[in-house]
Amino acid sequence: MIDEIDRQILGVLEDDARTPPDQIATMLGLDPQDVVGRLERLEDERVLVKYRALVNWDRVDEAMVIALIEVRVSPQRDVGFDDIARRIARFPETRFVYLVSGAYDIAVQVAGRTLREVASFVSEKLAPLEGVQGTTTHFLLKRYKEDGELLDDVEETTRLPVTP
Amino acid sequence: MSRSVKATEGPGSEPGTTPGDDAASEPARRVTSRARLAQRVREIPSSGIRRFFDLLASMEDVISLGVGEPDFTTPWHIREAAIYSLERGYTMYTSNYGLLDLRQAIAAHLARLYGVAYDPADEIVVTLGVSEGLDITLRALLDPGDEVIIPDPGYVSYAPCTTLAGGVVVPVPTTVADGFKVRAGAIAARVTPRTRALLLGYPNNPTGASLSRSELNTIAQVAEAHDLVVISDEIYDRLTYAGEHVCFGSLPGMRERTIVLGGFSKAYAMTGWRIGYVVGPRELIGGIVKIHQYTALCAPIMSQKAALEALRAGEPDVRQMVAEYDRRRRVIVRGLNEIGLTCHEPEGAFYAFPSVTSAGLSSEEFAERLLFEEKVAVVPGTAFGEGGAGHVRCCYATSLRNINVALERIGRFVSRLG
Ligand SMILES: Cc1ncc(COP(=O)(O)O)c(C=O)c1O
Repeated sequence: MIDEIDRQILGVLEDDARTPPDQIATMLGLDPQDVVGRLERLEDERVLVKYRALVNWDRVDEAMVIALIEVRVSPQRDVGFDDIARRIARFPETRFVYLVSGAYDIAVQVAGRTLREVASFVSEKLAPLEGVQGTTTHFLLKRYKEDGELLDDVEETTRLPVTP
Repeated sequence: MSRSVKATEGPGSEPGTTPGDDAASEPARRVTSRARLAQRVREIPSSGIRRFFDLLASMEDVISLGVGEPDFTTPWHIREAAIYSLERGYTMYTSNYGLLDLRQAIAAHLARLYGVAYDPADEIVVTLGVSEGLDITLRALLDPGDEVIIPDPGYVSYAPCTTLAGGVVVPVPTTVADGFKVRAGAIAARVTPRTRALLLGYPNNPTGASLSRSELNTIAQVAEAHDLVVISDEIYDRLTYAGEHVCFGSLPGMRERTIVLGGFSKAYAMTGWRIGYVVGPRELIGGIVKIHQYTALCAPIMSQKAALEALRAGEPDVRQMVAEYDRRRRVIVRGLNEIGLTCHEPEGAFYAFPSVTSAGLSSEEFAERLLFEEKVAVVPGTAFGEGGAGHVRCCYATSLRNINVALERIGRFVSRLG
């Protein structure tokens, strides 16, 4: 069971995964031991999956090509979309795999070093999978926001250093 | 403070005057430019905060805990509403009182939060921030020589605005031992036949102290007994972490003698919009509006549109920002106490006000040396009145990362002092 305190801890970490447990304890008025115990439990339950950095790869010279792929599939008896979605998710080239409503069924993000690499993943690995009826590939041109963070368009702050 | 006042005092030492062209030739008839200023303006000391600002302006890599405003920018939906209003052509004057729908929203807001009823027709004026609200309220209420009781330490504008309005400032000291609470007894002890008004500000800038319902009720009795008008600056009302905020106008019998100053600057992170409001009984508001209509005419319409959006849809933003300030508050208060700078728990606003007496320095020395030696800016408590001596104001409306680095630096500074 996730309670309100867990939720607050998760909120702190989602904002800054490097916040040490004793600082979290101070911020939320908790006992440090309690926080450590909760973190362990949340990790065990895979509520806390990973502590990661948010990288703006556009700022790194090394090119990375990302594509959003719409996949239309025919659901299978008994397992519905799960089977095919999990199958797609196992490819390390995929960065996220979502079942979605609307004109297509599964949204997949794929990353590769070159356009050709991504294109061949789609044509050789994804499209031929049994149950896949068709794909539409959208190459990502520019990123504006990632995980709730503005990447480029950071707001200028003009706060004076001393005010009443 | 004293230093910057002195720098512009002597003849010829004024910036912009040519040495030798006045005092030497016609000493008796020529006056310096400064002497042309009205006496009541000359008598007002320049702000202690200003001096610190000048010191800081030339330095780099300073972590500033010296600010008095949120580090958040105004929530996007509020900015968007203002932009949209400009696109739609809202560029004109409004009624002196402000847009009626904004006044209605303010009335509904105060009724919902505090159970007080103000008539949007003539008991609410939208102002250029609490700053203007304070000024025109004092000017509307005071006759020359009227005394105003003001908490010390307290917000920097209270005393100068009182003086400029022709009033006489009567500070009522508050002490750290008493959690910087303004006490009814201390107020009563300072009442004279000339006392006209009591100015309260809670949660307080710089101490963070607030007042509970029962504490306010005893103050209300004093106001009643001595027939005082209460000017209640409640700009930090939403930034209350311990307990609930009680609006002075909501106390039994107080509505008729209370002017409440409210704002958008702090709760909605809207300092640059210059918008706030004054509410009170219609007879008093009528006088306040007279001044407002001749000096400000009205608050900027785009800011009024933004304020309306803030009241309509800004509640989740307020909650989120308050939760964030509360976390930072706990970190800074604990950190300062661990360093050995005793810090009472601030109940509201976004300032910690630790004592620096254990460091063996005055608040000015502490602030100045901390700035030069460790590049952390704090504001000496004396900028807020004599009662602030021995304390510094540390604003925690800055990122946790900044707070952590600042605490590290302050710790290093204090341990070096021995
Ligand atoms: C106690 C207090 N009152 C009033 C103000 C001024 O607020 P406004 O921006 O609404 O003029 C401030 C701003 O720092 C404040 O701290």
